[in-house]
Amino acid sequence: MSQFKKLLIEPLRKANPITVLVLGICSCLAVTAQLKPALVMGASVTVVTALSNLIISLLRKGIPARIRIIVQLVVVATLVILVDQFLKAFVYDVSKQLSVFVGLIITNCIVMGRLEAFAMSHKPWESFLDGLGNGLGYSLILVIVAFSRELFGSGTLFGYQVVPQSFYEAGYQNNGLMILPPMALVVVGVIIWINNSKTESK
Amino acid sequence: MKEKQNNLRQSLRDFFIASEDEQNGGVKERISGLRRYVSKIKPNFVEGGRFAWLQSTFEAFESFLFVPDTTTKQGCQIRDAVDLKRTMITVVIALMPALLFGIWNIGYQHYLALAETVSFWYMIGFGLAKALPVIVVSYVTGLAIEFTFAQIRHHQVNEGFLVTGMLIPMVLPPDIPLWMVAVATAFAVIIGKEAFGGTGMNLVNPALLARAFLFFAYPSVMSGDKVWIADQPDAFTGATPLGILANGGTELPSAWTMVWGGIPGSMGETSVIAIALGATLLLITGIANWRIVLSVFAGGIGIGLVFNAIGATPYMQLPFYYHLIMGGFAFGAIFMATDPVTAPQTNTGKWIYGLLIGIFAVLLRVLNSAYAEGMMLAILLMNCFAPLIDHCVIAKNIRMRQKRAVVTSKASAK
Repeated sequence: MSQFKKLLIEPLRKANPITVLVLGICSCLAVTAQLKPALVMGASVTVVTALSNLIISLLRKGIPARIRIIVQLVVVATLVILVDQFLKAFVYDVSKQLSVFVGLIITNCIVMGRLEAFAMSHKPWESFLDGLGNGLGYSLILVIVAFSRELFGSGTLFGYQVVPQSFYEAGYQNNGLMILPPMALVVVGVIIWINNSKTESK
Repeated sequence: MKEKQNNLRQSLRDFFIASEDEQNGGVKERISGLRRYVSKIKPNFVEGGRFAWLQSTFEAFESFLFVPDTTTKQGCQIRDAVDLKRTMITVVIALMPALLFGIWNIGYQHYLALAETVSFWYMIGFGLAKALPVIVVSYVTGLAIEFTFAQIRHHQVNEGFLVTGMLIPMVLPPDIPLWMVAVATAFAVIIGKEAFGGTGMNLVNPALLARAFLFFAYPSVMSGDKVWIADQPDAFTGATPLGILANGGTELPSAWTMVWGGIPGSMGETSVIAIALGATLLLITGIANWRIVLSVFAGGIGIGLVFNAIGATPYMQLPFYYHLIMGGFAFGAIFMATDPVTAPQTNTGKWIYGLLIGIFAVLLRVLNSAYAEGMMLAILLMNCFAPLIDHCVIAKNIRMRQKRAVVTSKASAK
């Protein structure tokens, strides 16, 4: 039991795909200007990593080693298209905002990384949990980054005005740099900095 | 515990008694009294003392008050009399003419815009009321962060911020909101400096980083024609020469006005003469590298002449020397580009670095009207490339020497 729990918990902080393995940075910079797309993106990646890990783990004994990347890509691509169609059907506006980045989950290093490093050599249930944990770890960082970027960059959360009007009248201004991708990199850097300094002292 | 308390009480008493002595004893007594007091309370701040967590702060104040008496204990080391503290204070002194002129100019521009004639001291007073709060906020924020980080890391507090804290206000418009100064200073010190390991480790110039941060984060207070004159009347346009040019205008102040500095602009950048005074001090003492200063100006003049030769737009037809006296070109060349930490270390590298700064600054101004002031971005860009320039220069030198070494060994084999 505790072993399964570890698979789920560890990628949240100790082996976080973004802050520790530094994978999936590209989409992290692109979709985090607002909280809503970031949340949807995180959920999509979580679904894809969890299910592709499960499927590849079930197939792992039948996949010839020399063409395994092709097989993995077929599975991931199928899942990504399913997710994309689902988003288009039910949350069309968000899907439009995310544009190519849903399709680009196929090339997300976290997905391929977990398949290669974990699913090819572990049992289905463990692989599923590992995929789920890594997806959640990715989502966690995305939500933290998007939260600070939307709050300081636009003064809103999920599109609702959070910073009161009286602040603006007193001279407060939204930070335009927060909307730009470079600041997402700085925010991720700060999260990594805090994370590292905490784990080092332990 | 009790004993330490007594100790502290005793030292406080000593201090006051010493100051009483001083009334008839003179300066020497007072200094020795303060010295005695500082030495007395020192045990509280060293390892194991009650305030050991404040060690860095204590050391900072001690070395601020007295020349450190520590000597090198082992190894072979050479110490220059011009230490970090003296370097920094020289730069601050060199900044003074530009700062004082800037303070006067804030008042001058304000009353010029109001079309009022007031005395010299009124202008200084108004300028002080605008500039001093910005300087105080910049220093307090920056030093608070520096002290905190030094404390956490058990480092000594370094003097690096003395210059940065003075540079930040001087590259900002006079009407900048104070909370923005605090945010930008905090960003520059934490992300630009402490993240890289503190004084001497930063990749880009922290003062320019603070300005770039404000420029991109709050463009409404950093650009346009409404921010460069303090408390500007609405009907008045106070565009800087660069702003006029970026908007396609050609009616500039006369070249002489731009040289002495009676134009709107950032607090410290307008007067080329005041900057030249500071530059003289820095170049004579060798704190600013003459190669960088010379090559920045050479780069600017060179690209200016090229644009003059092309002459496709009114901006390109502008006499080349205008670029050197407008905006922050002179200020950046003297005080920003020469920052020894962020500039290349090799002499060849310094020439390349300076030339490219001059070229990029004028290139940005003329070809990209979205960024009226190219100097800031040019220096930041070249800061990032400085380590690469150094690497290439050193690698080339190694290759050259290797070639020579092979040839001579062959010759001797014959």
